[in-house]
Amino acid sequence: MTLQIPTLTHSGASRREILKASVVGGGLVLAFSIAPKAEAAEGAGAQALNAFVRVAPNGVVTIMGKNPEIGQGVKTSLPMMIAEELDVPWENVRIEQADCDPKLYGSQFAGGSLATPMNWDDLRRVGAVARAMLVSAAAVAWNCPTGECRTEAGQVIHVATGRKATYGSLAGQCAGVAAPDPKTVPLKNPKDYKIIGKATPQYDTRKIVTGEPLFGIDVRLPGMLYATYEKAPVFGAKVASANLDAARAVKGVKKVFVVDGGTNLSGLLPGVAVVGDSWWAARKGRNQLQTKWADHPTSAQSTAAFNKRAAELAAGKPEMNLRKDGDVDAALKGAAKTVEAAYAYPFLAHAPMEPQNTTAVFKDGKLEIWAPTQNPQPGRQLVAQTLGLKVDDITVHMTRCGGGFGRRLSNDYMVEAAWIAREAGAPVKLVWTREDDIHHDFYRPAGYHFYKGGVDAAGNVVAWQDHFVTFGEGGKPVSSAGMAATEFPSRFLANFQMDQSLIPLGVPTGPMRAPGSNAIAFANQSFIDELAHAAGADPLAFRKKLLGAKPMVGEGPSAYNAGRMQGVLAAVEKMSGWANRGKLPAGSGMGVAFHYSHAGYFAEVVQVAVAPATGKVKVQKVWVAADVGRQIVNPAGAMNQVQGAALEGLSHALFQKITIENGAAKESNFSNYPLLKMADAPPVELKFVITDYPPTGLGEPALPPVIPALTNAIFAATGKRIRQLPIDTRQLKA
Amino acid sequence: MAFKLNVNGKVLEADVDPDTPLLWTLRDALGIVGPKFGCGIGACGACTVHIDGKATRSCVYPVSAVGAAQVTTIEGMAAHPIGKKVQAAWSELDVAQCGYCQPGQIMAATALLAKTPKPTDADIDAAMTNICRCATYTRIRAAIKQASGQPVKA
Repeated sequence: MTLQIPTLTHSGASRREILKASVVGGGLVLAFSIAPKAEAAEGAGAQALNAFVRVAPNGVVTIMGKNPEIGQGVKTSLPMMIAEELDVPWENVRIEQADCDPKLYGSQFAGGSLATPMNWDDLRRVGAVARAMLVSAAAVAWNCPTGECRTEAGQVIHVATGRKATYGSLAGQCAGVAAPDPKTVPLKNPKDYKIIGKATPQYDTRKIVTGEPLFGIDVRLPGMLYATYEKAPVFGAKVASANLDAARAVKGVKKVFVVDGGTNLSGLLPGVAVVGDSWWAARKGRNQLQTKWADHPTSAQSTAAFNKRAAELAAGKPEMNLRKDGDVDAALKGAAKTVEAAYAYPFLAHAPMEPQNTTAVFKDGKLEIWAPTQNPQPGRQLVAQTLGLKVDDITVHMTRCGGGFGRRLSNDYMVEAAWIAREAGAPVKLVWTREDDIHHDFYRPAGYHFYKGGVDAAGNVVAWQDHFVTFGEGGKPVSSAGMAATEFPSRFLANFQMDQSLIPLGVPTGPMRAPGSNAIAFANQSFIDELAHAAGADPLAFRKKLLGAKPMVGEGPSAYNAGRMQGVLAAVEKMSGWANRGKLPAGSGMGVAFHYSHAGYFAEVVQVAVAPATGKVKVQKVWVAADVGRQIVNPAGAMNQVQGAALEGLSHALFQKITIENGAAKESNFSNYPLLKMADAPPVELKFVITDYPPTGLGEPALPPVIPALTNAIFAATGKRIRQLPIDTRQLKA
Repeated sequence: MAFKLNVNGKVLEADVDPDTPLLWTLRDALGIVGPKFGCGIGACGACTVHIDGKATRSCVYPVSAVGAAQVTTIEGMAAHPIGKKVQAAWSELDVAQCGYCQPGQIMAATALLAKTPKPTDADIDAAMTNICRCATYTRIRAAIKQASGQPVKA
């Protein structure tokens, strides 16, 4: 379509003109606007070239960070894409966090490792369009064709004469200039990249290391009150009675009230709000509460009962078949060796370091919100729906998030703060306790896999059967509890069967870093290891054979590029010194695993030493080979993501477990829900295998394979097979 | 009740209950928000400050116990001879992911280096017990080595 460009006249901060142009291929809608916002660093007179880019006369270029920053580095890496094509020195760039505004910025969320693949083309085009406008402005001024000009480091240069003009001097002259069509604007040759591909520290580093206010919890408003909110330990139970006056009697407590809430576990749930003139006063008020909760249908559910039910289901006929190739039963009968094994993993809490919080102020029918959220757009919808407001009457400012990991895709804390602020009639900052956070998560669901497998005399897998027992009802798993019928080794075996049975669940679940994969990889890659050992094969060579010689298996979004997986497997074999693992001392061992998720191909090796007297596991080193395509946008952030994800996987495997008892989460804080610390963190060596595919994300795919690589290493070291997480080291005593 | 506190070299007055943790006194009463709330039970270290130079978890330290002691927070590290080196190493090695725990990590690392100028890996393991949920431990270790002038393996 034809791109229309507004007449750019310098406008005040309140004025906003929007022009949209759609990018070919149905990508992001680019919305161009003139909305200059004065900022000290850039000086006066900054001119907006589009919704993402402002250029000040002093040469400072302000780029909007469109997505929520949760520690995955997008506040830096996405603007790097724009700055590259705009052709400005990174030192001249200032980054401003965008508010939630889909009309201007398209979809804004942090999830699915999608920021890079979803924005890679569009944001480079945003930069290129702005650059072309600056070139056009110079060409008009110099009365020459644009083709006679080039750009370099924030300047337009007339090639023949060497005449130069800074972007800062040209931005104000872009008013009458036509913006080129984003779908055809020329992009740089990657060999000319100066910013993309260069290790770039996070833009907020200085503020982080000096402790400047940055996170949601740091927001302070004049006249602000502080709130804490008590909900039932049993998810969704209503308030039967509460001694509100006892809380009101505490010094500094301003308001105490019951919130009726609803029944949607992702929405506003019933509870008691305590609002005070400090958070500590509110907390002390809450300590006086003795809330009685109404009976609730899920108050008897427990992990112990789930485990029992899973075993019962495993003994019977599966509820449904997800995929069936060949004849597994016949193949098992004909196999040289067969293996049966039951695997289980627990519920997990996300526990991001910054407890859930939101600051909200309700005034004249409008609501303004500051929230550390990964998912502001549905958050705004939820608040609108619950409070009966129009979406357009709600402003959501996205603050930096002290971790996300999927927890902040849900906006329960946002709607609580909005409700409490309106009720309190003052600006309110709601801050959850850590106990609130562990007790009211959207947990990574537990799950069970009951396998049967067989190998032939030549060490080929001839049969694979998985009865997956997970949570849900009516054939539909709850959030993040499903398994795709295409999950590896599906489609790689002639005799393959995947069945599913469901246990009803009244515990909220949701995506947690590499959802599904973070559990399935453990089970599948461990059972593959069991088959390798049954076949007497080298577990890594066995996996190469299983992946086979055909590069692409399947097609469309579920296609599996076995060639890319072979590539990372070969790389990790070499970097880990896999061939020499036989020389490791007794009690030590190496394990390998691979997993494809979030468009990334990852193979990992873990080396462990297990103390015979105590069973204590020391992870000595992790090697990661990763294939996320042809371009690593920010190598500094990329390495950090991979190292962190691998260490997080070790933390799951070694320490983390949420137990449901009496319908509630039993664990409550880091004292009984420990996370990996420095002393247990091994070095993580990383190699990117560069292949000619579009760049994809790194927040998640490094996590899943490290868990089975660890448990497979423990088997190599001790001969003991870990089939349940977290690892019970007492089992590992010699 | 009014408490006179010596924070980052300045005397500040906070009108809070005596049982108020130093963390909430700093954050809510004094607007010093570098120390972070993470667990409220002294388990994670996000709230670490120095009390007379000693790394202290301020979420379980009542304000009434501070007395005349010198409280130093992350905001005071730029003026601390070791703290500023630690901050510089954190920046140079781009340690942070989400960054929320890093003020506490820097406070813990600075206290370690004040006592043990050239810490070994074992020293670092023993002293650095703060949780980083993003698990930036590799870079935290490297940054401590760098700040102490030892060779760094990133």
